[in-house]
Amino acid sequence: MKTDVLIIGGGLMGFSTALQLAKRGTRCIILDKDSPGRHASGVNAGGLRQLNRDPAEIPLSVAAAEMWHDIESLLDDNCDAQFPGLIRVAENAEDMQLLEARAALVRSLGFEHEEIIGQQELYRLLPALVPHCTGGLISRKDGYARPFHALEAFRRKSAALGVEHYASTRVEALERKGCEWQVKTAKGLFRAPILVNCAGAWAGQVASMLGEDVPLKADAPMLMITERLPRFIEPVVGAASRKLSFKQMQNGTVLIGGAHMAELDFRQQTSDMDWAKLAVSARTVLALFPLLENVRIVRTWAGIEAFMPDKLPVISRSSTSSDAYHAFGFSAHGFQLSPIVGKIISQLILDSDTELPIRPFNIERF
Amino acid sequence: MQSAKKDMFKRLDDTPEKLVTVTIEGQPVVVPAGETVAAAVLASGIGYTRNTAVSGTLRAPFCLMGVCYECLMVIDGQPNRRACRHYVEEGMIIERQHGPGDLPT
Amino acid sequence: MKDHYSLLVIGAGPAGLAAAVVAAEQGLDVALLDEQAAPGGQIYRAMESIPAERAELLGAEYQRGRELVSSFRDSGVDYFPNTQVWSLNHKLETGLLHDKKPAMITADKVLLASGAMERPVPFPGWTLPGVMNAGAGQILMKAHGIVPADGVVLAGSGPLLLLLAWQYLHAGVKIKAILDLTPMRNHLRALPRLPRALLAGHYLLKGMAYKRDLKRAGISTLHNVSGLHAKGKEQLESISFTHRGRQQALETDLLLVHFGVIPRSHLSRAAGCAHNWDNSQQYWRPQQDDWGQSSIDGILIAGDGAGIGGARTAEHAGRLAALQAAHDLGRIDQQERDGLARMDRKWMREELYIRPFLEAFFHIPGKLLGVPNDDTIVCRCEEVTAGEIRKAVADGHRDSNQVKFLTRCGMGPCQGRQCADAVAHVVAAAGGQTIDKGGQYRGRPPVTPLTLGQLARLYPGETE
Repeated sequence: MKTDVLIIGGGLMGFSTALQLAKRGTRCIILDKDSPGRHASGVNAGGLRQLNRDPAEIPLSVAAAEMWHDIESLLDDNCDAQFPGLIRVAENAEDMQLLEARAALVRSLGFEHEEIIGQQELYRLLPALVPHCTGGLISRKDGYARPFHALEAFRRKSAALGVEHYASTRVEALERKGCEWQVKTAKGLFRAPILVNCAGAWAGQVASMLGEDVPLKADAPMLMITERLPRFIEPVVGAASRKLSFKQMQNGTVLIGGAHMAELDFRQQTSDMDWAKLAVSARTVLALFPLLENVRIVRTWAGIEAFMPDKLPVISRSSTSSDAYHAFGFSAHGFQLSPIVGKIISQLILDSDTELPIRPFNIERF
Repeated sequence: MQSAKKDMFKRLDDTPEKLVTVTIEGQPVVVPAGETVAAAVLASGIGYTRNTAVSGTLRAPFCLMGVCYECLMVIDGQPNRRACRHYVEEGMIIERQHGPGDLPT
Repeated sequence: MKDHYSLLVIGAGPAGLAAAVVAAEQGLDVALLDEQAAPGGQIYRAMESIPAERAELLGAEYQRGRELVSSFRDSGVDYFPNTQVWSLNHKLETGLLHDKKPAMITADKVLLASGAMERPVPFPGWTLPGVMNAGAGQILMKAHGIVPADGVVLAGSGPLLLLLAWQYLHAGVKIKAILDLTPMRNHLRALPRLPRALLAGHYLLKGMAYKRDLKRAGISTLHNVSGLHAKGKEQLESISFTHRGRQQALETDLLLVHFGVIPRSHLSRAAGCAHNWDNSQQYWRPQQDDWGQSSIDGILIAGDGAGIGGARTAEHAGRLAALQAAHDLGRIDQQERDGLARMDRKWMREELYIRPFLEAFFHIPGKLLGVPNDDTIVCRCEEVTAGEIRKAVADGHRDSNQVKFLTRCGMGPCQGRQCADAVAHVVAAAGGQTIDKGGQYRGRPPVTPLTLGQLARLYPGETE
């Protein structure tokens, strides 16, 4: 099977890239060893967050946010995206200083989306918050969407534009022969002049096949979801000095994350919950929202994600081939960036350049 | 919303040793101690026991063994309680759950 | 409760009770955890509290549990009723709530004896107030002496339906009709298995006796019924069905349905035990060896939770699993184990003679399991219909988990207990593939709800 671009990985980055390429008339095939969005892309916390990004990511995140605010025109589907804002809560003067320093930094970089709010505004937005908090840092245009539905929307739109997707098709071997890549799978040989590595937690394996070893670590951040509750909070909540991500979904359930890792068996693709860490998450939630004491958790899970040591993704051309590209290593904050990453990779492939600053994400930094 | 009394169930002529008084939808009801809330509620004839969070449709207990989560009611102010997994106690307040209920106190 | 036991038994039905007794006899440090307030599980529910006259209504099989429960009480096993297990992993770390207090304990061996539940089979109107499982009717009668007041219709396919009808007859309950949805062709299907079933003839004789009593009492039983439909504006008012080619209706405000029983596998799946779809028995069963050892070292499964065999089989299986645990923990050697197991093995083999016949006879038609009507709710909790599931499959989602993510099927309070199998059937039929291929919902803890407060108190300490 021959095409213009072969993409390894059927998650958000893979489909986003395929979509942007297909919009410009390029034929793509996506190869995935599982089903679409099986891993991190399908089961993440769905945060559409510009707030608190590493400065290197801010320009991409801002560009992505614009795309999310108009996602229906890109995907013919609104992905259930909601934008009630995201607040990092300060519990004391120390926290407040931290947040003010952050706000100043962001302003100095020329961006306006992170705003300090005082106590009054904080409690206007978060009436259920425990009384002792002093203020916060808000990004008013942030929010959340449903990741599997977003992925599904990317998938459908790309399919409509002719992108082919092969599930249960693991890459067994790949090599460069002449001016094309030849990718061997159980379903046969796939060939294309251009290759893109969007293989998530397995991207390190693909990179190795290209002669590039990267210090990628697969890990499994845990999430918890509660029973449905009547609406009591609109914005997404984080905390200045605690690990917390907390949002009430449209259907009333509350999704709690906190960057605690499960015990992952990478080979089996299974994970065991670390209850001691989840207990810490629960205490953190109750410290800020004591009214949730008797709310029931109905499920926990952990998706398999790729983490880079500097927590920044790899978005660049390959260092060993001018016909291969990488988009992986999003370290549990890739969902929001996915629309722009696809655009960037498509520009690198078709225009040899992109207007967004992607130098910090070069694979050569390792 | 309908709340017609439905005589779906009745008690056999056992003579229970101990009785307690609970309140079901505002009405005091005398029931045998040790009974599950679901059984007491079904015997009392209030018919439906909740309306759903998704569409407001009326529901009532289905499996009575704790695997269907259909019998969710508000017990002593706490919503989402499986009535079949709770036992009646003197003074217990049992109410139908409307949608997701209120935030548990 | 201690932090660690040699053997943790989960479930106080026949398998768990028998296992606990044997384990104690072998000198193992054993604890039995159960969600109910008293021992007996489902089949022997209320064994210790039921008044004598009510126990008589239930028949001789029920009385058998008395011995089992009393020998359990005499065994001195650490017993923790009102205990929910919400998590179990391959390291045998067991998360539990005992009287609502959270704890995490460990064991050298864990025996899952959680038993069975009724097979949930969606049909039009099954979510109406007034439609319940036959087992629910039994629970009300056994544990609470509560019976239908104004007549009841029983419908479905399976031995429990007949048993309940007979029990109701003796309790003076008015049975408006028994609608047997067993298809006529099952008689032929089961015929080759009849000879072996005769070796467990007492079951067949009992069944025939029940039927005879019901017939003598003039209770109308319609056979080969199909197209069951529960109707009512907001609560059950009537049912319609097809019998002998004609559509019929019957007024009733109470319908008890039964479509067989299946293993309760929620905990074994969440623990990561491997399960396979058994096409002839029409349920997922955990992989295990002759002694109950599952695919996870140290987790054993016995009783109906391992595969439907009934109460007596469960007792034997429980004892075998306990002997295996005793052997693995160095209490007895292989020869002793085999010697002690001999009679239970023999009796279990004999008990199981009836099963192939029952399975074939009460095989639920694929059409019914496939929820033919698009409007029928499959996921009761999230109100997802068969039509929506079929649409998801048509859009390219060919496994249960993808369908779940897309439709929210299986994400409600029951976490897929009531819809998992129906979804598997609908997905398989719509996708033109086997049920094994479409898979089952991934199991995840907590398998019963845990509050944030309870979780917070599990490991008291600093927040970060």
